[in-house]
Amino acid sequence: MSDLRELYQEVILDHNKRPRNFQKLEGANRTAEGYNPLCGDQLTVYLRMEDDMIKDISFQGSGCAISKASASMMTAALKGKTKSDAEGIFETFHKMLTADLSIKFDPLEVGKLAAFSGVREFPVRVKCATLPWHTMHAALEGKGQTVSTE
Amino acid sequence: MKAVKEMIVHERLRGPRAPLDVDRIREDFPILRQQVHGKPLVYLDNAATSQKPKVVIDSVTQYYLAENSNVHRGIHLLSERATQAFEGARAKVARFLNASDAKEIIFVRGATEGINLIAQSYGKMRLKAGDEILISAMEHHSNIVPWQILCQETGAVLRVAPINDDGELLFDEYEKLLNARTRLVSVAHVSNALGTINPVKQIVEMARRRGVPVVIDGAQAAPHLPVDVQELDCEFYVLSGHKLFGPTGIGIVFGKAHLLEAMPPYQGGGDMILSVTFEKTLYNVVPFKFEAGTPHIAGAIGLGAAIDYLNGIGLGRIAAYERELLAYATDAVSTIPGLRIIGTAKEKSGILSFVLDGIHAHDIGTILDQEGIAIRTGHHCAQPVLQRFGVPATARASLAFYNTPEEIDALVRGIHKVTDLFG
Repeated sequence: MSDLRELYQEVILDHNKRPRNFQKLEGANRTAEGYNPLCGDQLTVYLRMEDDMIKDISFQGSGCAISKASASMMTAALKGKTKSDAEGIFETFHKMLTADLSIKFDPLEVGKLAAFSGVREFPVRVKCATLPWHTMHAALEGKGQTVSTE
Repeated sequence: MKAVKEMIVHERLRGPRAPLDVDRIREDFPILRQQVHGKPLVYLDNAATSQKPKVVIDSVTQYYLAENSNVHRGIHLLSERATQAFEGARAKVARFLNASDAKEIIFVRGATEGINLIAQSYGKMRLKAGDEILISAMEHHSNIVPWQILCQETGAVLRVAPINDDGELLFDEYEKLLNARTRLVSVAHVSNALGTINPVKQIVEMARRRGVPVVIDGAQAAPHLPVDVQELDCEFYVLSGHKLFGPTGIGIVFGKAHLLEAMPPYQGGGDMILSVTFEKTLYNVVPFKFEAGTPHIAGAIGLGAAIDYLNGIGLGRIAAYERELLAYATDAVSTIPGLRIIGTAKEKSGILSFVLDGIHAHDIGTILDQEGIAIRTGHHCAQPVLQRFGVPATARASLAFYNTPEEIDALVRGIHKVTDLFG
């Protein structure tokens, strides 16, 4: 069970049960859809940008605990951030999930998102955690296309 | 009470009057003797692919060790041996399905390629704009997409027969959809996502009255039920070797000889010709007309060995054992709060698809994996049927005759761990 507790940390279970910013965003000016064809996970990320600032962010959709918690915590982490801040956090998050297991991450650098460091040990679940972020990235870029994990 | 009931069922499945000796059978499958994440492997993903008995693995090894050569070019001894083994496998498949002639058996890569072959060869020859192809709401993508492609190419229309909440075909609706424009029916013998055993004999009879040929996707049926294509009287029957305890990359199309003879080739190349000039090519006779290029010889031989192995046990006994095991599993998981079985047809094969309230199938799969239990999670390449049930994904435990009641108990304990963690 210890490995499973690494993956399903309390904060992840909490965000899965009570996802934050889990609604359609009124006044959103950027959206993108993400899709994982392997499992059918699907989500929409909404952004309200003012100049370069993410004034508000939300998501909707269905997915596993990892993807839902990841989306929820992402919205909490990015609200009020600039576009380049958001890209930077995404990059760090992505590295944390895909880096070699020997590499330790500074909790200060990743903050609450450190809860996802356990996902590294479950390679098939990495896509679940990164899908919301890739989708957010597509929304930021404003390309309006559907993001797929495949 | 529960414990007593469990013991009775265990006794029925393990005792002297059990349909088969599962402990003895498990010894034939080396892969089952391993641990996964420190726990004994509980392999319940048989609908995705089945494990291989040692006799199958040995037959493939033996072929490469002693017989490897190309087939149908028998000028030297090895080629002659390879050809005999390959054609011997075809004869075994023919007997296994009770086809009247081995030439009605075409080797392909799997059921998917089989359906594509039928669509592209028979379908393209017969269908024109406005004609209809009738499938069902519970089909695997491999029995949907090849027909969609054919429809795009010919202007034919794909019609889908609805199912009820148990996952059974609505027969009245089905009959209505079979109309004067219907040119082809294709239906799963057993649904991979729900486990429903479709009444394919009645479907064939119904189609026959209207002169409509029937394709049966037997990928999930042939490993678990006796199949007799003459009794079914279907025009085509396809199956995959790897689900039938044989190697991957080998599958079968059964087709009635007079149809195969009328059909154009599926692919061009070597082996499927009698003579080639730049002006005119004469195609080979069936089944070779449909087998362009060097075939998967080792795969066919392995499939033949798998069929020998299954015949040694008997599909009837396998079906009886699996029916009992499925009933046990269904009862056992039904006691879990918040669990809903997707696919509750009266006639079911050993497939147990389920969802848990508020817990995604992926999370179920990961937690069970940590317990050594292999199941499939997701849409099982049958997205439309899951949409029909309003779920994006299910967890699916699928049984084979080497599974035991103790493994079902492990599954139930594993699901309780899932609900505890997410509780």
